Amino acid sequence: MRELTFGEAIDKAIEDAMARDASIVLCGEDVPLLRPALYARFGADRVLAAPISEAAFLGAAAGAAMAGLRPVVELYMVDFVAVALDALLNHAAKLASFSDGDWSCPLLLRAPCGGGYGDGGQHGQTLWGMLASIPGLTVVVPSTPADAYGLTTTALAHDGPVVLLEPKLLSAEWLEFLGRGGRETMTFDVPAEGARGAVAQAGEDGAAVPFGAAAVRRAGSDVTICSLAVGVHRALQAAERLGAEGVSCEVIDLRSLRPLDVETVVASLRKTGRLVVVDEDYREYGLSGELAAVALEAKLTPRFARVCVEDTLPYARERELAALPNVARICSAASALMA
Amino acid sequence: MQTHGLAELYRQMGRARAFELAVERLWRRGLISGEMHLGTGEEAVAAGVVTQLRAGDGLALTHRCSPALVVRGVPLVPMLREMLGQSDGLCGGRAGHMHLSSREHLVACSGIVGASLPRAAGFALAAKRLREGAVGVAFAGDGAMNQGMALETLNLAVAWSLPLLVVCIDNGWAITTRAGSVTAGELGARAEAFGWTVARADGLEVEEVQRAASELLARCRKGKGPALLHVTCPRIDGHFLGDPLLEQSRHLTGSAAKQTLGRVMSAAVSSGGGGALQRAASMVKMVGTMAKARRETGRGDRKDPLRVAHQAVKRAGGAVDVIDAEVEAEIASAVERALAGIEVRDA
Repeated sequence: MRELTFGEAIDKAIEDAMARDASIVLCGEDVPLLRPALYARFGADRVLAAPISEAAFLGAAAGAAMAGLRPVVELYMVDFVAVALDALLNHAAKLASFSDGDWSCPLLLRAPCGGGYGDGGQHGQTLWGMLASIPGLTVVVPSTPADAYGLTTTALAHDGPVVLLEPKLLSAEWLEFLGRGGRETMTFDVPAEGARGAVAQAGEDGAAVPFGAAAVRRAGSDVTICSLAVGVHRALQAAERLGAEGVSCEVIDLRSLRPLDVETVVASLRKTGRLVVVDEDYREYGLSGELAAVALEAKLTPRFARVCVEDTLPYARERELAALPNVARICSAASALMA
Repeated sequence: MQTHGLAELYRQMGRARAFELAVERLWRRGLISGEMHLGTGEEAVAAGVVTQLRAGDGLALTHRCSPALVVRGVPLVPMLREMLGQSDGLCGGRAGHMHLSSREHLVACSGIVGASLPRAAGFALAAKRLREGAVGVAFAGDGAMNQGMALETLNLAVAWSLPLLVVCIDNGWAITTRAGSVTAGELGARAEAFGWTVARADGLEVEEVQRAASELLARCRKGKGPALLHVTCPRIDGHFLGDPLLEQSRHLTGSAAKQTLGRVMSAAVSSGGGGALQRAASMVKMVGTMAKARRETGRGDRKDPLRVAHQAVKRAGGAVDVIDAEVEAEIASAVERALAGIEVRDA
């Protein structure tokens, strides 16, 4: 084990995998600058600076993945996947199906996501629900450095396209780069346990985290709170506060949206009969509705509430913080279910 | 279209610069959040082109948008209030500095690189049907010209014979990559191959930019199809304020630069990975990028377009000091009014 920041954990997992597997190449805008250690170690043949052409380099990565390489593609932010969505939606995600399972596209897309640092509505989205709605894609969002390392490691051995989202609020490097910019005058509500922590190294237990396995972060009996990324930490804080009021919350970190760990969610709902979904994505047509459907399909009818992003994220900081799932909103949603 | 004298162009450049510097001060105080991409270095482009626009022309801008907005006459206080996240800001505090827009001025900015081209093509299409003689204008960086939607617009605008002017602001960078290292061919030639009319101008010379813009706009207004103005200029403040490449390149002995160097050196000697030649080539390229960042024009340098214009006005006997004082007073007053009622934490 060693102590790493969230971003370092992903970098380290990629570096370890690149050292093991010569088919891994990394590409994206500015990657020699953003990942100088990888550039220095693996050279320009494997760490490729891309022009600002997301559709071309993500599309090319999908093609390269079909032809024997294992590309890691970095987008500056998941918001920019909009420019290049075709490569994922119509190509990488569909290859296995179109080839009846004969051909796969082992591609890892790494993209920072989420708000909380005042960058406005084109740079603070998570979009994981939209991405996870696509059959053929794996979508994972870690909430701790250990999971960041473990899920990246699994992704780099997986036989298909994976989207790994990196919450900027947990990733000190991104927060400094995009939010602080060297200023002492900015403060951010960063959950410390998500930003830095012990990480299992290659060969140790927990060095690979399987897809589709949620983690129960806190056991409880009254309300099940399902979340991921920053939301997990907000939910844990809320659970602490609710606990003091006599409400026992179980907090589930989904970690992986597709595949989704239905079993863990359903087992918890059987116990609690109440579900609060804390989702930093848009409320409609997304994860929160999906989890309600999961419950219904398991013949459960839990009392239900969701704490999500309901509109385009506002730029003004206080309004942004109010629009994001926060402890107060989670507490009030959970308390309402107890009434 | 009437041309503006050098003194007026200089005044507009000064307004744009003073506005950016005021924004920087507010950003450093933590009163403005997020990435701040200043347009310092682009003042001659903003003044030279935007002074040639008329009411009804649509303007699509980028994440580096405020110089053009200032010259276009978008009111300064609401712009600042927007950046300060106030509900009476230009966009109700919802958009922020990367996404400013004013329906009244038919101008909108975007943080998606390359998006200004198709948007301005749409402004041009609407102009063609609704406002004869009006045009759509896109500002875009050289890096943006490699974006798929930008390249597609090069074709679309000819296919639809759109009254579209694209102003390619070539500062030599694609975010923090040297644009030349990821760009094929020459940008003007690229557009010419699609049948565009292309002019080139030196972004240090505001009158030259104005002349070129005026000629191209006249063609567009007459329905002679799209045109590209390729202007070179410095990027004085990096990709954004706090740009680590610029900071570390300018302060090679600082702790951040040393930390990066330490990480790079330790990775470069790790076993497994590229051969010695490849590793050496990476180091050479990294040093080259830092050297380019280090050479970048600074504020007030010989190649700062504002200084070039300042000296030109002075040589022509213009009242630079009076203009400077008026500009400074205008911006100071706007900032003061914009801060009214805002609790300033560091005061």
